[in-house]
Amino acid sequence: MELFTRPTAINKKYFTPGVIILILLALNGLGWLAARFIFGIGAVTNLSNQYPWGIWIGIDVAAGVALAAGGFTTAALGHVMHREYYHDVVRPALLTAMLGYTFVAIGVFIDIGRWYYIWHPLIMWNGSSALFEVGICVMIYLTVLYIEFLPTVCERFIGHMNLKGGLKFLNRPVEKLLILLNRGLSKTMFIFIIAGVVLSTLHQSSLGTLMIIAGPKMHPLWQTPILPLLFLLSAISVGFPMVIFESLIAARSFGLKPEMRVLSRLGTMVAPILGVYLAFKLGDMFIRETFVYLTSFNLQSVMFVIELLFGVIIPLRMFLSKAVLNSPLWLFIASSLVVFGVFLNRLNNFVIAYNPPYKFATYIPSIGEISITVGFISLLVLAYRFIVMNFPVISQPDKKYSPATKFAIRGSEE
Amino acid sequence: MAKQNRRDFLKTAAVAGTAISGLSIKPAKAAPKNILSEDRMGVLVDTTVCIGCRNCEWACKNAHNMPTQPQDKYSDRSVFKEMRRPDENAFTVVNEYPNPQNSEIPTDVKVQCMHCDHPACVSACIVGAFSKHESGAVTWDTTRCIGCRYCMVACPFQVPAFQFDKALNPQIKKCDFCYERTKVGKLPACVEICPVEALTYGSRIDLIRIARDRIRRNPEKYVNHIFGEFEVGGTSWLYLANQDFSKLQFPKLGEKPAPGVSESIQHGIFAYFVPPVSLYALLGGLMWITKRKNESEE
Ligand code: SF4
Ligand code: SF4
Ligand code: SF4
Repeated sequence: MELFTRPTAINKKYFTPGVIILILLALNGLGWLAARFIFGIGAVTNLSNQYPWGIWIGIDVAAGVALAAGGFTTAALGHVMHREYYHDVVRPALLTAMLGYTFVAIGVFIDIGRWYYIWHPLIMWNGSSALFEVGICVMIYLTVLYIEFLPTVCERFIGHMNLKGGLKFLNRPVEKLLILLNRGLSKTMFIFIIAGVVLSTLHQSSLGTLMIIAGPKMHPLWQTPILPLLFLLSAISVGFPMVIFESLIAARSFGLKPEMRVLSRLGTMVAPILGVYLAFKLGDMFIRETFVYLTSFNLQSVMFVIELLFGVIIPLRMFLSKAVLNSPLWLFIASSLVVFGVFLNRLNNFVIAYNPPYKFATYIPSIGEISITVGFISLLVLAYRFIVMNFPVISQPDKKYSPATKFAIRGSEE
Repeated sequence: MAKQNRRDFLKTAAVAGTAISGLSIKPAKAAPKNILSEDRMGVLVDTTVCIGCRNCEWACKNAHNMPTQPQDKYSDRSVFKEMRRPDENAFTVVNEYPNPQNSEIPTDVKVQCMHCDHPACVSACIVGAFSKHESGAVTWDTTRCIGCRYCMVACPFQVPAFQFDKALNPQIKKCDFCYERTKVGKLPACVEICPVEALTYGSRIDLIRIARDRIRRNPEKYVNHIFGEFEVGGTSWLYLANQDFSKLQFPKLGEKPAPGVSESIQHGIFAYFVPPVSLYALLGGLMWITKRKNESEE
């Protein structure tokens, strides 16, 4: 497959009007962030003793982890099952996962009151805590993601080392080192790939275990002992839609041709997974008879219906249609809906469903909280753009091969 | 990746397996400090006796070196107009409710940490900053806490409070059952000051006996329910009342310990690390097979 497309750094202008807006949003977020560290969490957030967790946990951490699931689902598909056909999307998905988890870690760092003790879980273990398990898995997985990304970095610099001036003498030794590293990595990479999939399975589900201990403080529409399973299934089902979503946005913003051939095939796998998720979600609702809560009209019931209808049922129907799978626009809409659905599910689980017995005012995120969350998302997009413009991540047609050869190679493979 | 031969694969896979099991976290053995002692202490709060003088609020602050108003200010009953909750500045508060048996004498309810027998906070805390002591007290350790506030999410009584206004070293604040005082044989400050003996300090087993006795001797006065005897698996603090506890804004809770479900899920997933390691092996095998299939097709 690499014979006719290969990951290449994208050669375009970095700054566009959209990018400038993102930079402004990021700066605004960073300003609020400074305030959070100088004046404390209470000064910039609406968190309280009644609502200890807000959108920083619900969106930055929980939704962040879920939407970075494209990394492990494509790794499982491309590397574990050896479906070479999908190799083109593995790298961009890996990059998103790497950046996504980096921002999850930063999100945790700013949310915890004693950020300078963030290393404590490494040496102070509490095996019965779901949060401990999530924390440790995320830390190890983040390291694994960086290791998985290293070959891309090696590829970028091997043969292209050109330090200037006094550092010039370093070019050769560094290059030698990189070649060595690359060789070692390609021999051992599968260890990390499998570890990445295992770690993801573990913490994606444990993230669901987190709220179980809140018991009756969580609205019964969401509170169920199978939360870990629902979290895992929804993470798996959002993996490919997220890859499609990004790939189409990247194609649009860099003026590349969308890789529909890979994306629509990826899309065919979404409906079955989403179907399993829906089955468990509905089954759980009927077994626990929580549908009675849908008859009352309130924030929780409305959010639940939106999540299920627009985030699961409608996109499920769309992904079953050939016409949708073959149209970039419809594929984009269907994928966006799944992404939106899982995003909303995490927000619902951690924020909307949380219903403390004693409350004085309902939690509504403050401008500061929203600014920081939006700022982080902007930074993530900016970093993604910077990396794909400087490292070989996104696959593009390789000019070295003529169309005729391409066809021949493809034909013989199938 | 692609260039790797099969022998290498097996060799490294073996190494990887060992590496992963090396990472394994032993299922936390019940640390000695979290043992549930037979003679753990508790307090029986008789809400029919409490007069709402709020001296306990003052004594508690005083005993914990927290800023407090002069003691006589606490006789101000206007605070009862609104429900209050313990927070980072007060480990205990008294709330007032109408009394169906005698509208002249309202019912006053002191609120603080319940010192659960199976505390959700202990189970949840990411770094094990909470511990259940032999004395029954559940305390928090400032040297471990990272300020994640998961304990607050977990606590079924919504007790732990956090110093949100502090940029540096914010603390989790809650009643510590006067751990330092009881260690040296003193009574909890609130129990000691109570002028009408609404609070009885003693071993939990004795307290339940006393409470049952009071209900038996005065069945028309008390509802037949000792709150805390069975709630969330039992608590060190126990309550008697003359009306349904839900009227006094006690949360409605089952008898299963709060951490039960999540702990069994956790331990199920991590049972001696068998499930993760088998998943690893399974994926490794799958990878090897699909790779071989691909190679033979080539
Ligand atoms: S009442 Fe809450 S804070 Fe107190 S011991 Fe129980 S779970 Fe912990
Ligand atoms: S805030 Fe502190 S005490 Fe509470 S769960 Fe987090 S680390 Fe533990
Ligand atoms: S036991 Fe001690 S810390 Fe707890 S409420 Fe009474 S005086 Fe305060």
